[in-house]
Amino acid sequence: MAPDAFDPARPWRLSPEVSLRDEPFGALAYHHGNRRLVFLKSTGLVALVRRLGEFATAGDALGELVAPGERVRYARALATLAAGELIGVG
Amino acid sequence: MSAEPGLRDRLEGGLRAPICLTWELTYACNLACTHCLSSSGRRDPDELTTKEALALVDELAAMRVFYVNVGGGEPMIRRDFFDVVEHAVESRVGVKFSTNGTRLDAAAARRLAAMDYLDVQVSVDGADAATSDRVRGAGSYAAARRAMDHLAEAGFRGFKVSVVVTRDSVEQLDALEALALSYGAELRLARLRPSGRGVAVWDALRPTAAQNRRLHAWLVERPHVLTGDSFFHLSPLGEPLEGLNLCGAGRVVCLIDPVGDVYACPFVIHDRFRAGNVRPAGFGPVWRESALFSELRAPASPGACASCGSYDACRGGCLAAKFFTGLEASDPDPECVFGHGERKLATTRVELRPTPSIDHSRALAPGAPGRLR
Repeated sequence: MAPDAFDPARPWRLSPEVSLRDEPFGALAYHHGNRRLVFLKSTGLVALVRRLGEFATAGDALGELVAPGERVRYARALATLAAGELIGVG
Repeated sequence: MSAEPGLRDRLEGGLRAPICLTWELTYACNLACTHCLSSSGRRDPDELTTKEALALVDELAAMRVFYVNVGGGEPMIRRDFFDVVEHAVESRVGVKFSTNGTRLDAAAARRLAAMDYLDVQVSVDGADAATSDRVRGAGSYAAARRAMDHLAEAGFRGFKVSVVVTRDSVEQLDALEALALSYGAELRLARLRPSGRGVAVWDALRPTAAQNRRLHAWLVERPHVLTGDSFFHLSPLGEPLEGLNLCGAGRVVCLIDPVGDVYACPFVIHDRFRAGNVRPAGFGPVWRESALFSELRAPASPGACASCGSYDACRGGCLAAKFFTGLEASDPDPECVFGHGERKLATTRVELRPTPSIDHSRALAPGAPGRLR
């Protein structure tokens, strides 16, 4: 089944199959199911990903946690994570 | 997965835990492959006990080591193999294990197929028995194929067919890919390194420069073929290959050997690259604080490669390949695609090549793979 395309109007959360490990540059995320390893290259992105599930939509999370000038870049990062199924709708 | 230069510098500075940790469970092996990286054969009487192995799994889980590459020797020879592996995957430490397949019968295949977060690599070193058995020993290819049959029959999806690229097997890449596909498996290629017993056969078995050029082109066309980042020394030939394209020794990878010794990578089982042992205080302090790993994480000098325009592509190549051919860490890789390594090797006396400091080989004629036991 193809992963859901990233739509910021939907609720997204970190996949329960993903382990996150903080690192000096941000974090490493590993999906135990599809074995994808992804670098989260800023602490801001790590904080966003960890708290994504607390918000009704990904757009709300971006609005609350990310500075306006950074939102496009962070939304793109979330789209990449969605394509790798590290985050999912739920 | 690839790393841009900024991130690569950060990775070279080290991580809180390895990305990829190899754990050799035993030095015991019923084969005697001529290129064995760990000079395996006889079990070491001091190998970690079951209790110690399970405690190590707990520590790796706490450090969030995402997965371990389990090998040996032949890991399935350990009687507690399934206990250790099942404890790991239940603790969310994924397992990829390498096996020669001789102990992988129908029952074992069913047990493996039922486990989540587990991957199996079955080793052959050619697409036919004649080629593979020259390296791995008589009967080994047939045994590996039986293991693959068992895995396929048990419904194990996407296991790996693992091949060390030699002067002979490199001529069979298409056939090897077809072999993997016939099982719904994936092909995984690894570089032949002059480590362990590989020291003795490296000169005769390593691919020629022309073969390495063809290998690079073949891999660029097939990003789905797995390489474990093992051919980054070929990246200056054109496009970088999939992977981080850096030497991860002590930075993003390391090896824990059967007696708990920690080495910088699976290819440098030698006193010079031993960082410590997990028995006194666990793995974490060795990873974080050993003098050796601090040395390896310090910014590297391009050394003799400084004047080469391709240093960014290969970062000087493989530390282990240099060390065991008598080259310095700041020298080019012995298989540097521009021939800088070959020229350096030509002026390096063979007697200067370090001799292995650990050897568990059974007594056999040198260079003979022996018979399947």
